[in-house]
Amino acid sequence: MGDTAETLKITPLNALHKELGARMVPFAGYEMPVQYPAGILTEHKHTRAAAGLFDVSHMGQVRLTGADPARALEALVPGDLVALDVGKMRYTVFTNDSAGILDDLMVNKRDRDLFVIVNAACKEQDIAHMRAHLKDVEVEYLEDRALLALQGPAAVAVLSRLNSVMPAMSFGMGATLALGKYEAFVTRSGYTGEDGFEISLKADEAEDFARWLLSQPEVKPIGLGARDSLRLEAGLCLYGHDIDTTTSPIEAGLNWTISKRRREEGGFPGAATVQKQLKDGVTRKRVGIQPEGRAPAREGTEVFNEKNEKIGVITSGGFGPSVDAPVAMGYVATDYAKPGTPLTLMVRGKALPAKVATLPFITKRYAK
Amino acid sequence: MTTRYTKDHEWIRLEGDVATIGISDYAQSQLGDVVFVDLPAPGKKVDAGAEVAVVESVKAASEVYAPASGEVVEGNQAIVDDPALVNRAAQTEGWFVKLKLSNKAELDALMDQAAYEAYLKTL
Repeated sequence: MGDTAETLKITPLNALHKELGARMVPFAGYEMPVQYPAGILTEHKHTRAAAGLFDVSHMGQVRLTGADPARALEALVPGDLVALDVGKMRYTVFTNDSAGILDDLMVNKRDRDLFVIVNAACKEQDIAHMRAHLKDVEVEYLEDRALLALQGPAAVAVLSRLNSVMPAMSFGMGATLALGKYEAFVTRSGYTGEDGFEISLKADEAEDFARWLLSQPEVKPIGLGARDSLRLEAGLCLYGHDIDTTTSPIEAGLNWTISKRRREEGGFPGAATVQKQLKDGVTRKRVGIQPEGRAPAREGTEVFNEKNEKIGVITSGGFGPSVDAPVAMGYVATDYAKPGTPLTLMVRGKALPAKVATLPFITKRYAK
Repeated sequence: MTTRYTKDHEWIRLEGDVATIGISDYAQSQLGDVVFVDLPAPGKKVDAGAEVAVVESVKAASEVYAPASGEVVEGNQAIVDDPALVNRAAQTEGWFVKLKLSNKAELDALMDQAAYEAYLKTL
């Protein structure tokens, strides 16, 4: 894939990761920490118990300016951005003409712009897509910014030491704030199922800021390994695995991201397909899958019904450290999507019993 | 008792006709937290280099290959019940299976401790 050491990009925290003893791996063209010496299980549990610091600077940070960037961006996504209040954020997806998903993204509405965060592996394509299709909008790639996530129940207390406004932010809010001597755009959001914050700041200040966070007793560095197990337990999609160009937002269970107005008006790529799927239903749905034994069922595992007919496939699967059991999600034929439905997973030639599970696998603890 | 190693980081130790096999301390450190092991049933016959067990960390599943040919006489129930034992004691209590060897001479092709340590330095 060309992910050789010579061609990998690095984030502003690369030297810090190595100093902390991280095991570095290629990910989306970047050299990233998959785990630190504590290991994935400990990092995962620490995040749910206290606070974990994640470097997500590989993700694309993009600023959209113009007369009405929110209305303009609605031409590419089914999310309702016109109705979004300033200071709030929304999760949505870029769709293609057949309602497949090109990427998922977070859109923050700010006073003078939209601040958009896209996946690392898709960012060049997303930026080109926006530049090609957004009328009267300037698309500015913020390459000089780092992105850190502080996740877990202690995150709010930690950041409150720098700015007392933090507890007043509700989940899904964003604001430009002073954090000690740093100015950052901070959202109360994340990808773990826990309360937490994502912090965008200047790349050349990121290491100092990360060192301050790590000096706080509640905070430990967390790698991509635990990021994946945390989001899987939280039932959150990983682009390129649980959603891609072959899955529609309706099949993926992302109906909640499409408002009544956008369903009625359409006006995004693939709208006719989405409207038809909303009216007539879909043939397959993304569901949680709970294997009954201890064996994890990984991505690509085929799913069968009681008549031994293939009815689906696992798109993310592994071990859930907080659930203390294997957890998975995937697509199954709609007749089998109801929680509790028994399924059979073929793992290394063995039939393993499983059932459809309600997502998330853990109780989300977002700040209201 | 001499412990010998494969390039895939399995170890094997012979006592009489029966050899104990497992994964090296280096292998467990590379895998990270072990959360599941899949062991063969007694009586299963394996060839040298063939998959004899599976070990899974949070992130991924990896095969464990038989360092020598033989018949499985026992799997280690202790690592089934407590997979983290593989991390804590990879080369002792965290063994995987015992094999009744069909050709002890196969062991001669494997690395001894010194050769394995030298091999690790090349990785």
